[in-house]
This record gives sequence, structure tokens and C-alpha cells, in this order.
Amino acid sequence: MPHSARERRRIVITGLGCVTPLGVNVASTWEGASTGRSGVRPIESFDAGEFSVRFAGQVPGEVRVDDLPSKEARRLDRFILLALGAAQEALRDAALVVTPESGERVGVAIGTGIGGIQTLYEGYQSLIDGGPRRVSPFIIPMSIGNMAAGYVAIRLGLRGPNLCHVSACTSGAHSIGESARLIERGDADVMLAGGSEAAATQIGLAGFGAMRALSTRNQAPEAASRPFDRDRDGFVIGEGAAVLVLEEEGHARARGAKIRGHLLGYATTCDAAHVASPTEDAEGAQRCMRLALADAGLSPGEVDYLNAHATSTPAGDPAEARAIRAVFGPHVDRVAVSATKSMTGHLLGAAGALEALLCVRALETGLLPPTINLDQPDPECALDHVANKARQVRARVAISNSFGFGGSNATLVIGRADV
Amino acid sequence: MSDDVRVESPGPAGLSLDERVFQIIVQHLGAKPAQIVPDASFIDDLGADSLAIVQFVMAIEEAFDIEIPDADADQLQTIGDAVAYLQQRLEG
Repeated sequence: MPHSARERRRIVITGLGCVTPLGVNVASTWEGASTGRSGVRPIESFDAGEFSVRFAGQVPGEVRVDDLPSKEARRLDRFILLALGAAQEALRDAALVVTPESGERVGVAIGTGIGGIQTLYEGYQSLIDGGPRRVSPFIIPMSIGNMAAGYVAIRLGLRGPNLCHVSACTSGAHSIGESARLIERGDADVMLAGGSEAAATQIGLAGFGAMRALSTRNQAPEAASRPFDRDRDGFVIGEGAAVLVLEEEGHARARGAKIRGHLLGYATTCDAAHVASPTEDAEGAQRCMRLALADAGLSPGEVDYLNAHATSTPAGDPAEARAIRAVFGPHVDRVAVSATKSMTGHLLGAAGALEALLCVRALETGLLPPTINLDQPDPECALDHVANKARQVRARVAISNSFGFGGSNATLVIGRADV
Repeated sequence: MSDDVRVESPGPAGLSLDERVFQIIVQHLGAKPAQIVPDASFIDDLGADSLAIVQFVMAIEEAFDIEIPDADADQLQTIGDAVAYLQQRLEG
């Protein structure tokens, strides 16, 4: 830990934006998450008849973005468009006026697991069908992972640090945590931080399907994502983006910004064990939660709510549950746990950002979103589950876990605005 | 690529060569009909960047079933240049 929590610049959250399978903005997403609605449904964007999995968490309706010329929109991969929608909402919510001068102190970090996978796929089709001369000049700029962050900066005039963390399903949490570090160091005053993913595509579905990582509950898509439940059979791909506005506290107070929450702590570790599977004891996840709590200067007994990574896979959920029990020890009964992927599906590189956003809303409203489809909790996953219905708790401190292929782990500690 | 029979100009729906070029400009460069004049520069008047011009040239190649060498493509600065070039290639 480089600094004590006391002496370093404090980070507040002043804006939220998202586009998710539950809705095209924060209001509709929170309405869904707090009422236990599912955003998972049969695939509509292509004929999935031959696929072993024929459903996903899909954004309902058109993504609304402001001031985007149609010729520009045609050039954007969906993961860029989703990120732009989320970033515009977050900046509006923060009521931050960006001038040419102040824009130098505002940065963007929007991570992604895979980036423009559909654009690459279509480019490859053009190459196969028509040869190299038929490959679009936009294939590269539309598909590279950092173009969500780059394009958001172009549209919004944000000329500070511009980064893309690519760490599979940890990308969104890494973006937020590392953005906080940038602000602490003084490299920026404000960061738009989050993640974006649009991998509910043919190659995405086929690839994850080939790993046998996905639920195949085609007869009941809304019941397919069921973290911690005995009958879980894999995760559900979701698409979407979420962006938080992180700001140095003094900067936010000086401009009279509404403080939505505090980013109290962050840590990241690696399992260094397997490309896709957690270790039995989830030592890397345990260590990550402990380091994040230490970074926040908090003890396990001070945490009220935990938004679990829990993706509904047979091996991942019990490993995380064991890690939570090990970290919280005698306090495990007073931390309420839920897995909101049960409603959204797994947004991969955007998941950590969306779940941090839901933690902020949970702290603001005093309502903890549930794990739906939790009909028969797996004894291996014993925790204080917020099962099927939201729970009213005046929670002060929440933590959000994210774990990704490659063995990466990240934990964010978020405090209520008045903490 | 589909097995569509390629048609030489005049093309689909009996459009003339310049009408087909105009259509491609509207589709690929987002130009408004009022901007379609022979002197209009792709970069200065239609706001195209270098990548958009490459894509426009590719669309022309596909529509007219010709290959345009890069050195030729670099010379096409205005709508008039493009129409004249195609007339010379296809009819000249």
C-alpha cells in the first residue's frame, strides 16, 4: 500500500451511465435490477438455430447517443457505440462542463474483454470472399480494444489520460481501480471509467460455447443465469457498457457536484494457476478482497453488501463463496451477498463497471438487488444470499468482486456518499 | 461475394454513370444531395477523411467491377474527378 488512506487524494463518484440488457440507461437498468427482472432472452440479431446456446443478455431497443452523425455511426463497432451511450449519460449525470482547458484534466479508461469482435469477423469474411482488396479501411480502427475510450474522448473533448484495460472479465473493475490511482497520483482530476462489451455475436457465442462455459438452458433463457443455485449450468453472455465518473473530492466539491459515493479501496491480484478456472481455495480472490479492504482502511466487519462476481458456473461460484467465507470469517453472516449477473447475464469486460454502478445505486437507495433464480441454494455456496427479492438495508459499505480469464482478480470497495 | 451477375453501366434501375457515383457518395460519405456538384472536394467540402475515401473507392470498384490502382485513386480529389475517371475507364 503506497499511501495510507488518510494522506492520499480521496476519490468520489459523481456520475453514472450504462446501457445494459435491463435497459438503455441507469434508471431502467436499476428498475430492472431492483425488481428482479431478467434481461436474458432468445438471440435476435442473427439466426442462432445451429448453436448449442441460443440466448443472451441483449440491450432492449436502440442505443441512444447524442450528436452522432449517421456516417460516423456506421463506422462504429457496437462496443464503441454502447460505450459512447454510457459515457454520455455519465457525463450528463455528473453535470461536468468540459472546456478546452479543463478537458486536459479529464481522462477516459474504458476496458473491454474482446473489443470489436463482430467487426473483425466481418472483415475476415470480406477477406475470404473477396480477397485483401475488399477489406474495409475501418476494420482496424473499429475493432481495436482502446477505440471505445478513444472515441468517447473524441466526441466529448476529454484530453487527459486515455487507456483501455484488457483483462477479460476483470477489465471493467481494473479500469475503475486504476483510474482512481491515476487521480490519486495527480495525473487527472476526473476519469470516465468503465467497460464495454458486444460479444453476443456468432463467433463469441460459438467460442464460449466450445469451452462449455455457457448455460444451455434454451427452453428457459430467463432462468439460465442462476448463480449459487444447485441447478446452475454455466454463464450467460451479456452485452452492454457502464461508465462511472470518478473525481478528486476537492475538485467535485469546488464545483458543487452531487456526490453519489466514494471509491474507498481497490486491489488486484492474480491466481497464476489456470487460463480459465479458479483454484479450489480461490487464494487469489481471497488475497484480493483482503488487500482491497486494507487499502480502504476497513475491517471485514464493516462491509454490509457484497456484489459477487459469481457467473453461474459450476466451479466458479463455490470457489468465490469459499473465498468470501475465508475473508469474512465470523462476520460472514452480516454481509449480504448477491450476484446481479443472474439478471443481466455476464457483461464480460463491462461486468465489473456495471456491478460497481449497481453498488452505488444500492448504497444510495438502501435497496440491495437480488440474485434471481436462486431457488435451491447450493450448500457449497452457503452465504447470506439476497435471494430472488431485493432487500432493504441501509448499507454503508459495499464491495464488488471481478475475476477474469488469465487468473486476474480485482476488488473495489465503495462507500455511501455520507460515509 | 455473392453470385450476382455484375452489370456494366448504365446500372441497376437504368441509372446513368454519374447518378450511380452520386448514389455511392451519398451512401458512403454521408453527403447531402445539395452538396453533389462536380467541383465538390471529398475532403474540403464533404468532410471525408482518408479512410472514408478508401472506402468510397472500394465501393466504386465493387459497383463498377473494376480495380482502381492506388496511384489513380490518389488523383481523385473531387466528384468531377471521379466521374471523369470512370467515364474514361469504362467508356473511353
